[in-house]
Formats: sequence, C-alpha cells, structure tokens
Amino acid sequence: MGACGQNHLGYPQLDIVEAEQSCGPSGNSPMWRSLDELAGDPRVMALARREFPSLLDRLVDAPSRREFLRLMGASLALAGLEGCIRQPEEKIVPYVRAPEQIIPGKPLYYATAMTHGGASLGLLVESQMGRPVKVEGNPLHPAVPEVMSKANDATKSSLRFGATDAFAQAIVLSLYDPDRSQTVIHAGQIDTWESFYTQLRERLEKDTTTGGAGLRVLSEAVISPTLVDQIEALLKRFPGAKWHQYEPINEDAAIAGARLAFGASIVPSYDLAQADVILSLDADFLVDGPQRLVDGRAFAERRKVGGANAGSMNRLYMVETGRTQTGAVADHRLAVGPREVIQFTWAIAAAFGLQSAKSRFSEVIGVSQSWIDVVVGDLRKSRGRSVVLAGRMQPPVVHALAHWLNQALGNIGTTVTYRDPIVARAELNSESMRELTEGVRAGEVSTLIMLGGNPAYNAPAELKFGEVLAGVPFTVHLSEYVDETSAQCGWHIPAAHLLESWSDTRAADSTASIVQPLIAPLYGGKTSHELVAALLGDPDAKSHDLVRGYWERWHQRRGASDSFDAIWRTALHDGVVAGTQMPPVIRTLRPDIANALEHELDAINELPNAELQIAFRPDPSVWDGRFANNGWLQELPRPFSKLTWNNAVLVSPATAAEHSLKSGDVVEIVISSGSVKLPVVVVPGHPRQTVTVHIGYGRTAAGRIGNSVGVNIYPLRTSDAPWFAGIDRLKKTGTRVNLATTQHHHLLEGRNLIRTGTLAEFVAAPQHPKFMDVDEDTNPQESLYPQREWAGYQWGMVVNQSACFGCNACVVACQAENNVPIVGADQVSRGREMHWLRIDNYYDGSPDDPETYHQPMLCMHCEMAPCEVVCPVAATTHSDEGLNEMTYNRCVGTRYCSNNCPYKVRRFNFFDYNAELRENATMQLRPNPDVTVRSRGVMEKCTYCVQRINEARITTEKQDRTIHDGEIVTACQAACPAEALTFGNLNEATSAVAQLAKSSLNYSVLGELNTRPRTTHLAVVRNPNPALRHTSDESTT
Amino acid sequence: MPQIFHPSMNTISRLTIFGAVFMISALGWLLLTVVRSPYVTNVGVVREQPVPFSHKHHASEAGIDCRYCHTSVEFSSFAGIPPTQTCMNCHSQIWSQSPMLEPVRASFRDGKPLAWNRVHDLPDYVYFDHSIHVAKGVACMTCHGEVDQMPLIYRAASLHMEWCLGCHRHPDEHIGPRDAVFATSAQLAQMSAGESRDRLAADYHVQSKTNCSTCHR
Repeated sequence: MGACGQNHLGYPQLDIVEAEQSCGPSGNSPMWRSLDELAGDPRVMALARREFPSLLDRLVDAPSRREFLRLMGASLALAGLEGCIRQPEEKIVPYVRAPEQIIPGKPLYYATAMTHGGASLGLLVESQMGRPVKVEGNPLHPAVPEVMSKANDATKSSLRFGATDAFAQAIVLSLYDPDRSQTVIHAGQIDTWESFYTQLRERLEKDTTTGGAGLRVLSEAVISPTLVDQIEALLKRFPGAKWHQYEPINEDAAIAGARLAFGASIVPSYDLAQADVILSLDADFLVDGPQRLVDGRAFAERRKVGGANAGSMNRLYMVETGRTQTGAVADHRLAVGPREVIQFTWAIAAAFGLQSAKSRFSEVIGVSQSWIDVVVGDLRKSRGRSVVLAGRMQPPVVHALAHWLNQALGNIGTTVTYRDPIVARAELNSESMRELTEGVRAGEVSTLIMLGGNPAYNAPAELKFGEVLAGVPFTVHLSEYVDETSAQCGWHIPAAHLLESWSDTRAADSTASIVQPLIAPLYGGKTSHELVAALLGDPDAKSHDLVRGYWERWHQRRGASDSFDAIWRTALHDGVVAGTQMPPVIRTLRPDIANALEHELDAINELPNAELQIAFRPDPSVWDGRFANNGWLQELPRPFSKLTWNNAVLVSPATAAEHSLKSGDVVEIVISSGSVKLPVVVVPGHPRQTVTVHIGYGRTAAGRIGNSVGVNIYPLRTSDAPWFAGIDRLKKTGTRVNLATTQHHHLLEGRNLIRTGTLAEFVAAPQHPKFMDVDEDTNPQESLYPQREWAGYQWGMVVNQSACFGCNACVVACQAENNVPIVGADQVSRGREMHWLRIDNYYDGSPDDPETYHQPMLCMHCEMAPCEVVCPVAATTHSDEGLNEMTYNRCVGTRYCSNNCPYKVRRFNFFDYNAELRENATMQLRPNPDVTVRSRGVMEKCTYCVQRINEARITTEKQDRTIHDGEIVTACQAACPAEALTFGNLNEATSAVAQLAKSSLNYSVLGELNTRPRTTHLAVVRNPNPALRHTSDESTT
Repeated sequence: MPQIFHPSMNTISRLTIFGAVFMISALGWLLLTVVRSPYVTNVGVVREQPVPFSHKHHASEAGIDCRYCHTSVEFSSFAGIPPTQTCMNCHSQIWSQSPMLEPVRASFRDGKPLAWNRVHDLPDYVYFDHSIHVAKGVACMTCHGEVDQMPLIYRAASLHMEWCLGCHRHPDEHIGPRDAVFATSAQLAQMSAGESRDRLAADYHVQSKTNCSTCHR
C-alpha cells in the first residue's frame, strides 16, 4: 500500500483521473460521498468500511500473553475497587441572601444581542443559577426567524425560540475559555487598570495641548450607538484626533458599488419570500450577511413543497467562484472564475438593455450563451418578483450592476429595499487602515487606542502593520486575548466577553438591541465603553450607566411622555428597543451610471488575467480568525471539505488532475505578494479557474486551542487584492500531511440514502412522485421482534432536506446542549469525532459539476432498533414514548451497538475527553447541568434532547394537561434557520411533525432494513429550468 | 510408581467443588448485604452539620411548614436549602444570642454561606425532580421518613435504584392526597384514611414510569 501514497491511517489517496473515468458520462451512476468512494478503490473501501479505522494499527502488535494478563489483572482489580467505593460526601451550600427570581434547577433566559457580519443577532441566553450555558435566538429581533411560530401562535406559548448560527451557538464556550486575557499588561508585565489610567492621563494631557493631533482610535466596524456617541464626544474633546475602522472581512466592495450606482453608501436588503427567481452573483446569502437567518428562512420556506406549497417554489441561479452552501442548494450553478462573474453579469445587464454595454462581452468566456439566455428569460418573466444579489467578494462593478439589474427588473420596492448603513461610518476599511498606517509612518501618531480587532495579524499585508506599531510611543489594545496585536502594544487591556458586557447594537434595519450581561466579568475585563470613558477622563464609569445614559438621553430627545424606566425594562426584556427601526430610503440610480460602469470595467480589464486565481474566503468556522480558540468551531467539519482543525487549498478535480494532486498533498502557491505552503483538498464541483483558501488560521497567539492550527493566509492578502489574486505558480512539494477530515467516516455502500427529484416531477404526481420509487422495498415488513403498541406521546422528527443548506448551526447547538466534548485533530483523523449530529454531503454526477445534497444525520430512534438487541447489559433500551434511550451509567463500552447501527450515529468515548472539566474551575461552569457529562468508555448518541422532553412533561403534568405541539423544541431544531428539522408527537394528527410524516416526499433512510426509524427524511426537490438540462458539457464550454 | 494423590483427595476435591458453590453464593450474599447496609447507604446515619439543626423542633414543635425553608419543592427539581436569611428571619429575634447559632450569625454577618453536609445525595447521573413527585401526591415523608420526629436529620431510605423502582413500578401504593403532602406525622394520624389510593392515582394521572430516560439522561 505504501506505493500509492497514504496517510498514517492507511487511506490510500485516489487518483483523480480514476474517479472521473469510473463516473462515466451516462449520468446513471449512483450517488457518492467522496471522490475516493466514487473511484471505488477497493483499498479505500475496505478501510473505510471499518468502523474505527485506527483499530487496525492498534492490533498490529499484539500484546504478549503475559502483558495481556497483567493488563487484564490490573483492570479487573481496579474495576472491583471502583465498585466498592462509597459515594463521596458532598456539601450543599445555600445562598446567604437569596437573589430574586433564581430558583435552583430552573433556568432563566435573558435577551441580549451579538454583533457579527455587520449587524446584530438577537439572542436569548439560558442562565442556570447565574451561569450562561446555552444560546437560543430571540424571535422578537428582526434578524431572527422564530422556530415553530405557527404552533406557538396556536397555543399562546410564552417561551419562544428563534434560530441562531454556529458562531452564536459557540460563544458560551469562548466565555469560559481559560486562555482569555485575565489582567492588564504593560510592556509584558502584569499591571493594573489604575496605573494604566495614570499613564493615559499624562499622555492625554500632552495631547490636549496639540488638540489631540497625535491621537488615533482604531476600532472594528462600530454599530453600537453608545460607542458612536462616546467616540464623537472624544473627537470633539480632541479635534485633531482621528478615528479609523478596520475589519478584514468588510463590505468595502458593496459600499463602493452602492456609491457607483447611487452616489450614496446605501445598503440593500431583500425580501426573499417574494422572490420567484434569484440570481446570486457569488453571494453566499444563506450563511453570510446581516440578514442571513431571515433570508435563509424566507428562502427555505419557498423550497418546501408538498401540500399547498406545490407551485410556489422559487428558483435559484448561482454563479460562484468557489464552493458555498448557497451554491450547493441552487437549482442551477455555474462554477467560474472571478472574471467570468463580471462578464456574465455584464452580459445579463446588456440583455436587459444597459446602454453603452457595446459588444464588449459578445462571448462570455466559459459560459454558454444558452445559460445566459435562460437566466435572462427567467428574470424577464419574473419582473418585480426576482432578486439579483452580489457577494462581498465581488468588485464594486458587480454590485453596481446588481443594483442596476434590480432597478431594470422592477424589483426595487418589492423584493429589494435600501436602507442607510447602520455602521457609524460607512467608509472603506482598507483605505481607513492605509491612512492610519501612513500617519504612523509619517510619525504623526503618538497615541493609538485599539478597541478590539487584531490588525497586527489581519491588516492588509503590504501595510506591515505589526512592524509599524512599534513606531507609536503609546499603544493600547483592548482585547479578549493577549493576541498578536497585544504583543506589539505597550498596554493590553483585557476585554469583557459579550456575555459579560453592557452595550448596544443595531440590526440591519437600525432596530437597536441592548446587550446585557449574563455574568459579571470572570477576569475583570473592560468594555470599549469603559475604555473610551477613561479617555474622556472617567476611569470608573460603568458600561451599564453609559449605555443606559445614552438611551435615557435618546428618550428625552424624543420627548415621549412615558417613563424611561418602563421603556428600559421592556427593551431589556424584549431584546429590542421599540421605535428605533428606520424606514427604507428611496434613491434612484445615477443618470451617468453606464459611463461609470464602463470606466470601472476598463480598470478591471487592465488587471493581469491569471489563468488560475486564488480566492481568499472568510472561514465558515473561525471567520476572520477571531474564533480560532473555540474548540467547537475548530472541530466543526467545514462544508464540502469536511475538514477539521486546519485550513487547506480547495481545488477542483480538474486542477488536481492537471497537477496530479491528491487530497493531503502539500502545494506551494506563489502569488505576487508572497507564497504559502498548504495541503490540498480536492472538492467536487469547485471551479477550475480558482483555488480557495480560508483566512483566519495560523494564529500564533490565539490560545492553546487555536495556536498553530493551519496556515496564516493574511500575509498574501493585500488591499488591492483582498479576495482574489492571480497565481503565478502552483507547485506540488512532494510532502503529504494527514488531514483530519470526517469525509470518509461513513460510506454509502451503494445504497440510496438520499432521494431527489424535480418540482416538475412532483407536480406531475404530487400524491406519489415517481422519484420516490426506488428498488428497495421500504414498506414495513413482518418482524421477528415483538410488536409494540405505540400509545400516548410518540416522539419523532422529520428532516426536510430541500430546506437544509448545511449551515452547521444544529451541530454546534447539539454540542452545546448535550455537553458533547471536542476530541482534537488526531482523534478526528482516527474517526473518533463525537458529534451526535452530522451533515453528510452527497454528490450526483460528474466530479466537475455534481449536484450536491445535504443530509443531516442523527440517531433515527428506530422502532426496531438494531442497537438495542445486541447490548449485553441493557444500557440502550426503548422507551414507551418511542425513544431509543442510552443509559450511560449502565454502559460497559462493548461498542456492539455502534457496530450494529446501520446509520453510524453512535459515538464512543475512547478517552476521558472531559478530563479538563475536573481540573479547570472555569471550564466547570460550562456544561449543561441537565445532561450527564460522560466519562471514558461510554457510548453516547442523540437522545432527541430527552432533558427537554422530560422538562416539558413534568411542567405539563403539574398543570394536568398534555404537551402542546411546539412546546418541545430540540436544540438542533431551535437553532435551524431553515426550519429543516421538525420534532414532535407523531400520535397527534395535527402536529407539524405528523403532517410532514404523511407527506408524499417522506421516506425512511435505509427503510428496507425494517428498522422503522422515527426520524424520517423528506426527499430533496429542486426546481431546475427545463430549458437548461443539467449536464456538465452544456453548462461550461 | 507411587500414586501422586492420596485417596483422601477424592473427598477433599468433592468438598472443594461443592464448597466453591457455597463460597461463591456466600460471597455474593455478603456483597449484597454490605451494599445494602447503612455502611454504604448511610441509612440512619447522622452526619455532623455546622449547626445541629433539629427538624423535630422546627417542623413538629414549632409547626413550621416544610415549604417555609424548602421553597422550591413545588416548582423545581431541587427542593431548596434555605439561605441564611431565612434562619435569621426568626433568629434575629429569638435565641439571638445562642452560642449554638453563632455559625448562622457569622454567615449572615460575613456573607459567607453555611456549608451543610449533604444527607440525601443521588449520584450525578440521576435526575430527580421534587416538584412532579409532590404534585402527584407523594408526601415528603414517603421518601424522607418521619423528618418531624428527627432531632438530627438522617437518611430514611437507601435511595438505591431498586428502592426508586419499587415505587415507580407500583406508584398507586405510595401516593396520598395532595393536601397531605406536607403533613406532619401527628396531622397524618388525625386525617381520615378515607380516600382510596386507586381513586387518587386516577385523579392525579399517576403513571408507572420505568423508562431509563425518566431518570437518566
């Protein structure tokens, strides 16, 4: 096996050519999950079929008989000892004075808001006796869609949850991160806030004489109204001071595009519920953007067919330069390079009569005319009911063209509205940063205050900001971690975590939310408000007073008669400040827009046109690097690559074949700004014109989790080429690394686990779509096991695969709710990841441009569960409510159940992954007290969040009533923005889950095994344009 | 060649074989006896507390309701241990100089909580909920024994799983009227035993809950 190249696991790596050949052009080949499986390499298949691939290594050197007896003897003796130990004596410690409202054992929920991706996200955070343990969405917030809203309306439910994303779910882990900065640091030494303030005052007194000419404030994009107010006061106090904003993942192109089209920095927002046809120009709008959750919900609602929804399905055309989650659910997807996106957009605009477009792109390279004609035809048919979106990576001209197209299509006012930006200053981040750096180089800056951010790590490479920092005499960095920037600064101030802070923020429509703390700062962190207050001469100001003070003044300005106290309390309770929403703005396009676009285009045409371009993308897990020390996010399998704990170059099968690359090969990429060495992951469907790298890795001062994970890409990223750069040379280095991916871990074995069809097929026979007929007999068969009566509550779940867009929010939500440990890269590569819920990718078609499907897979709670009958100690049993229960304290770890599980959803604790909980007092605060923290040697799996079921049952039993539909939402269901997961009582005919279980699209995965799963799936229905048959040779030339 | 084993070995070996059966059973019996003994279960064992609090005095002689101190018993899984303030509600007025109560006063003065030694302690993998038991008519004394007759508190039941299951398998044998849940033994003696347990079980929708996930999750 050594000759074919393998990682230490023994997975031989596949030859990409083999994969393509074995696929064949017929299009009748079965679906596949990984390229290796597609190629059907018998060596890979044999290894992948092993449940735990690494056991092979362990058994190679059989222990000698003597050693075996010694080990057995020792473990038997220990086992005996353990049983004899009496229960340890415990203390019970009550309060001295009990705080109001806290009932031990009952959680409290507090509304707060997180700022991410340029706007706020309303959160409801669960507090267990003062410890924040779980994040849910706040459905009263405009950016958060409600979960089970229909059922909640019907039952007047008081506790309502909204959706969240993976980042929001993970913040509770960051809160208890022991690596967070715990003290003020001055020149590498521990110092105090008081001595900081003394020196700051001296420094500012000097600055006052010059009007603060040497004072600079650098912040991330500031949305907080209070902070804006404070910084403005600061600028008034020091008229010579300047304020800069920088974030590496910014909206520069969108701002410039809006200026180009409208002459103003206005921001579009979309109503996807009204859009019949969506054209996305490299916009990953389902997972990125200020409205991602409501957009995702609106989109997903239009993807759900069955019942009354038969004809209302939308159609998504995606033109993209990489692989995105949005692209994966598109009806038609065009994988191209950045140039082709511009050309394509221009061609579409020309078809709608953009004057002066001339015949510049009479022929769009790489895109067939039929594709363009079809898109134009569909858009033309849906005037006023279509949307054109442009992604943040696309240049201003594409954004401007999207605005122009939306106007030409009559979408403005219906599906597209514009608003003033919520960020305090809609300025170009890269220019602001460049201006600051130039100021420092010119010696103009004597005091630099950095409110968060990590510019030494992520500023544009050519600025060399980390080096420049040393030239500033007085530098202050407020940060949650002593990071790369803190190391370069005179002063480091520990920042309070979001869940420890008072602040405020705004949603995309300007609706303000108060950020309220769930817990006092664990490490004495300060907020930006407190640091700016110190700059203004008040070192003892409390954020609470500053924020409340701001809103009190706002209230007085409004001149409303009601008491502020009531408004403040309502705002804290609801998570939104009533009356802060701003109406849309109405602006018309610049009359000279055509000329302006032409001009832009000329500039773009002059750019060097490399054949292969590198695309720098925000990372789906660590974003710009800020979440690098969050283990949940690091271990989250990235979409498509299923890579954990690393970044890699994602390349197309064509590129891989050209350079004879296999996943795991390290390549050197040389571009004009530098070079980088990274392992390759071959991703089916990746455009051949680009390779994708994710930024945010290679941190050197992130903490124990995030340090030296992956490779830092920022040194390649310049202000001129923030998203794309031409590759001069891509060279195979000859070294290979072992990538911790979860892609191989569970294989299809040639079975039809996922069923797919088109809307046309569904409409033709809505009661029994033809694509639901597959070879296997999935009707319940006679069983040898005793039949049971299923009375009372019978829990079940339906997964709508048409709605799922693979955002991973459910995976992290499950991890947070159920105390699922992280295991690290090495363990993941041995197939020991612990996620109870995974999202499998399935591909159909040629590796160059396959259809992609997401399948959330969790314990199916089979009525005839194969795992239960093989357990020798009855640790996994069936409850009379249909749950497949796992009793940890009974489990002896034979792993027979996992062996017998056809869905591979059981996870085994090979090590004591939670050991750190016992040693670290801070980490001990994190786990959900309603769920057992499992120890080594125990099998675990999805329980349908039985703790939530029990809680609801107890609550309703006390009220002498039954559980309403929607009263129990599982953690994954609560997090899902698409409402792809529905949980409830199958015995209640009107429940949402029972309705979906009756759908003609409903099927049981591996139903032919007669396991009778309680979790069933709905077939994927797509809505392709009949005029554009999906074949790879037609979509690209 | 002389024989290796003396003929008496036949008897010895028979004895050994039968003896082994006996020995193993005896060992098993011993183990179970130890496991169920107060040495392991702590039944009837008084644990030393920072203050020798008498339930007998407070609940029976002073007639204070259980819920005056155990406030969350009807609402939460946890019955609640009173904060020092609850003690001081009375003891700032009566017995305010008693040396026995000095730890209570010190706690209130310094803001340092009293650390009681836990008497009823379930393993961490067991999720017990007081509120639902109380709502279904399981009296405090059913599990905790005659607390109002205990000068110093001790465990009345083993809290073993077999003990839990004994009730969960036949819950109707252990429930009483809801208004007698917090009754003292004296009150119970006065109450008429009129209502049939079957009636109550039907009225309160009492079900036998023996799924593993009822308690383990």
